[in-house]
Amino acid sequence: MDVKRRKFLKIAGLSAVAGLGAPSAFNMLLNGEAFASTTPEHGAAPAEAGKAEAGGHGGHNAESTLHQYGMVIDIKKFAEHKGLADKCVNACHTEHNVPDFGNPKDEIKWIWVDDYEHGFTGYSQNKRKAGLNDLPVLLTCNHCASPPCVRACPTKATFKNEVGVIVMDFHRCIGCRFCMAACPYGARSFNWRDPREQYDNGKYKFFKNGIAPNYPTRMRGVVEKCNFCPERLAVGKLPACVEATGNTKAMVFGNINDPKSEIAQVLSANFTIQRNPAAGTKPSVFYII
Amino acid sequence: MPMYDRGKVLTGLAIFVIIMTFPVWYNLVSAQKAPIPEKPKDVKKCVGTLEYMRSSHMQVLNTWRDEVVRLENRKVVELEGKQYVKSLQLGCMVCHPDRKKFCDVCHTYAANAPFCWDCHFQPKETK
Repeated sequence: MDVKRRKFLKIAGLSAVAGLGAPSAFNMLLNGEAFASTTPEHGAAPAEAGKAEAGGHGGHNAESTLHQYGMVIDIKKFAEHKGLADKCVNACHTEHNVPDFGNPKDEIKWIWVDDYEHGFTGYSQNKRKAGLNDLPVLLTCNHCASPPCVRACPTKATFKNEVGVIVMDFHRCIGCRFCMAACPYGARSFNWRDPREQYDNGKYKFFKNGIAPNYPTRMRGVVEKCNFCPERLAVGKLPACVEATGNTKAMVFGNINDPKSEIAQVLSANFTIQRNPAAGTKPSVFYII
Repeated sequence: MPMYDRGKVLTGLAIFVIIMTFPVWYNLVSAQKAPIPEKPKDVKKCVGTLEYMRSSHMQVLNTWRDEVVRLENRKVVELEGKQYVKSLQLGCMVCHPDRKKFCDVCHTYAANAPFCWDCHFQPKETK
């Protein structure tokens, strides 16, 4: 048979396309991918919802934990006890060697005082209760059950541990600040400068009363935030801020998923609100307003 | 075959060899003795044997750090009736409080600068 070169090339090309394409097309049909990819994502959602709740979509998506530490902050109690809010902030910042850079641009905060208007921006401020905005509102990391910061962190420097605390592993932080962009609560601060800078006489510039002995400082280029004091919980103490409230019950701390815990009972007995619940992060810090 | 410029070529070669091997013989002449870190006077036991701690203290520290920070396993290490907190600052430095005399002597000698001290500090530094 006399095959011309032109004809031979045509046949060879067609065979190659058929040979390469057919098996993959066949596999797609076999696995149902062709149909799955054409159905909208939400079609499968109801059946998958339970699974997504527990396992997430893989990657860095943190699972909801059985044990979830949380906090109830009673704004009224802080109004009754003048200066208590600042005492809590000081207790935390002293214990954890949070530097005071003396300017708001570089400020590092683990727990801080703001007002209702700025703490609860998602709520209507229209015809607000008189005097409500004068009360001190303690804001801190919400230790979300569904934390966006954990999903954003490329090194797993921030992660959710098995008791539901969003931990910072300062050793791993590369200072990319994705977590700060991801956090809807502004609960994370970046060390723009070296917190351990010293004067010539050896005094620390940003630790007015020296360094507290039980917790390391941070270095430049690291993000930090409240970590619910795991080092204190480990030895049976309450977090520093909760301890500072004494027996005023202005702050209650515990496992919100344990119905027998004090915090669970406070939560079921009181109307509480959370910061920006619409963000879907399931915050673990609750407020009695 | 005759070699042209024998004198110049051999002298050049000799100089070349001397310069290339300079780091080797310079270190032979100037090498310092390995330093001896100051050991605590009244404590004779550590979490590992002398040889193990000498070769692997960094692995111990890394393991402790991961257990404490990431796995929330802060259980105190108990060896022969003595308890050791899994911490550089609150564990190791109880017996080895002076960073310069214990850590830095060897690290400097080995030109090794771990960044522990960017955040951690020795007990007396807290004032």
